[in-house]
Amino acid sequence: MAKSGSSRKAPAKAAADDETFALRSLQEAHEANPRYAASDDELLKFYEQMLLIRRFEEKAGQLYGLGLIGGFCHLYIGQEAVAVGLQSALEEGKDSVITGYRDHGHMLAYGIDPKVIMAELTGRGAGISKGKGGSMHMFSTEHKFYGGHGIVGAQVPLGAGLAFAHRYNEDGGLCMAYFGDGAANQGQVYEAFNMAALWNLPVIFVVENNGYAMGTAVTRGSAETHFHRRGTAFRIPGMSVNGMDVLEVRAAAEVAVAHVRSGRGPVLMELQTYRYRGHSMSDPAKYRTREEVQEMRDNRDPIDGAKAELLKRGVTEERLKEIEKQIRSKVNEAADFAENSPEPEMTELYTDVLVESY
Amino acid sequence: MAIELKMPALSPTMEEGTLAKWLVKAGDTVKSGDILAEIETDKATMEFESIDEGVIGAILVPEGTEGVKVGTVIATISGEGEDAAPAAAPKVEAPATAPAATAPPPAQPRAEDPAVPAGTNMKTSTVREALRDAMAEEMRRDERVFVMGEEVAQYQGAYKVTQGLLDEFGPKRVIDTPITEYGFAGIGVGAAMGGLRPIVEFMTFNFAMQAIDHVINSAAKTNYMSGGQMRCPVVFRGPNAAASRVGAQHSQNYGPWYASVPGLIVIAPYDAADAKGLLKAAIRSDDPVVFLENELVYGRSFELPELDDHVLPIGKARIMREGSDVTIVSYSIGVGLALEAAETLAGEGIEAEVLDLRTLRPLDREAVLASLAKTNRLVIAEEGWPVCSIASEIMAICMEDGFDHLDAPVLRVCDEDVPLPYAANLEKAAIIDAPRIVAAVKKVCYR
Repeated sequence: MAKSGSSRKAPAKAAADDETFALRSLQEAHEANPRYAASDDELLKFYEQMLLIRRFEEKAGQLYGLGLIGGFCHLYIGQEAVAVGLQSALEEGKDSVITGYRDHGHMLAYGIDPKVIMAELTGRGAGISKGKGGSMHMFSTEHKFYGGHGIVGAQVPLGAGLAFAHRYNEDGGLCMAYFGDGAANQGQVYEAFNMAALWNLPVIFVVENNGYAMGTAVTRGSAETHFHRRGTAFRIPGMSVNGMDVLEVRAAAEVAVAHVRSGRGPVLMELQTYRYRGHSMSDPAKYRTREEVQEMRDNRDPIDGAKAELLKRGVTEERLKEIEKQIRSKVNEAADFAENSPEPEMTELYTDVLVESY
Repeated sequence: MAIELKMPALSPTMEEGTLAKWLVKAGDTVKSGDILAEIETDKATMEFESIDEGVIGAILVPEGTEGVKVGTVIATISGEGEDAAPAAAPKVEAPATAPAATAPPPAQPRAEDPAVPAGTNMKTSTVREALRDAMAEEMRRDERVFVMGEEVAQYQGAYKVTQGLLDEFGPKRVIDTPITEYGFAGIGVGAAMGGLRPIVEFMTFNFAMQAIDHVINSAAKTNYMSGGQMRCPVVFRGPNAAASRVGAQHSQNYGPWYASVPGLIVIAPYDAADAKGLLKAAIRSDDPVVFLENELVYGRSFELPELDDHVLPIGKARIMREGSDVTIVSYSIGVGLALEAAETLAGEGIEAEVLDLRTLRPLDREAVLASLAKTNRLVIAEEGWPVCSIASEIMAICMEDGFDHLDAPVLRVCDEDVPLPYAANLEKAAIIDAPRIVAAVKKVCYR
């Protein structure tokens, strides 16, 4: 039965017979040109953004240890190049971003003020969600950052819905929907893939594969560990990207964004990355060795990598020290603000349940 | 300038722990990310990382010490000037907020139904047509409104509620989805977050159980969790509760489930005028709405005022029949049964007032209490299970705020507390009917 309004042909008998079934084209385009040719200023900006995320998250971990942050707190340390590299290729205010609960980095990469993020972590009235959301539930409609979602995988159909709105409104925007290797096993992810491909939605699905779904290594939880191949069943082209090099991430993002903007439907990117800290703060780290973490820190760290490249390009050690100093002071300011702001007014308990009065 | 390292809390509940092992000693140079110590909690052994650069000064708590309270200074680092910034040693106490007495804001008086002007033409309409007309009118009025769901477009609606919409509005706004309720409910919610006004049709609410995570966690809670930033103006609609001989998995009333969730609006109309006026209000609402219809009522005809814009207030119950002896509270298909029971009772000299709740959340408690104050006796008729039901909620309201008006215990007439059986005789026995309502009313009237 043909569908009205759909340009799709009947399913091919076999992939080999179907000339349009070229799902490696984006991967090939990326491999042909794997690193983004950043100017010194661009690379410095990436370095600064990654360092801001790193120092912010370290400070959040410290405040957690001091009891100023409660509940769950998932740190992005190690994964900084992913959010920074990908989101640098988007147009802030036009393209929307949505992610799961490990969300601080994506917000900082979209230029959201660290003060209001940290104040949300400490549950204060000045927090971005008035202290009512916490680490996992933060949003900035102004920046088109749509959360911050606590249910593993839920952000994927929500992201497809945001993309649906972009297409419906013909505003030229796209949605970048992040999820982890753990969420990649949720059924609703594939429901969303199907409809996103069926309806040609402008969405980039991003699997941040950091190796562990909480404490379960990908090989123990996933039959197909090449997550970028998981769109194949829905004719979604996949890309496998080194998520520990911000310039490779950015180069891959350019390929994906160009594809989606040209109206050819969704892309599935898999970013190979690594989280240094535990899944959340209360993670005993018994599922991996200390040596494994140390190896990544010593040899693959995205910030060290960018720093080495900047030094090689002739940026001085002093300049980098100055940046480090500015970021530390910015993070300390955010922490001071978060610590010294008052808790929400008690009347906030009852506000924002509904928008209207009935 | 020395930085104090304090015993960290490593889980949401940790108050003290054992300093199991130091991995550094005085004089060691450390940088951000180096592991300083292993700390044992009641649950696990955790690593404690440095976030500062500098040289370890003194180890103040030796390894092997048990019962170290969170916040105790365990070592010092002499760092560079900028590292010893004020936030390095924050106070542990959060600023105290007095637990001021607080209460929900008082309920505002609700708007009455707009008066139908004298001389307005009344036409006969089925509930099915009324729902379709409501959607069509709102789609003409607002480009952001669209309908999605299984078989809503080419098939013209599994129950023909969306009949004709594809022809008028085209495939951009009337969208057939694959059979993936979780996925398309999520896409609908995401589209609402992105500024559209989706009407998500569930073929029946039984299938919405696959999607209930998005209805509740994504739609209902997000405005609150975002401090009022994230709007989610979506309408989830479709038939709810028992149909006819379709067995247990296709015959459940979800009214009480959704009505228990703050952040949702839940509407369950009975007649055509309410179906139309409340669906239009639901589509215009900035809040997420669960709109519960009933398959057995779709084909019933009612009088409907012919108005350009028939919109009714959400949250307002409606007196369907005035009476002075007893109140029968109901909603959805139960209203028809209550009216039937009231007719029978009138023949026996009992004047029953029938109150249609129409909206299950927010519930019109004032209307329930006002009718109770008038009749002093109350029965709830609900086509659904009795336990943790809307009936239970109405009984609680009567106990809390209407006790002094009660001349008899409140009774509920619900379905039997079993999964709905298939066999015709068993199904009939499981579902409420007018005679059971009559019997309960007589009981509270001591007749």
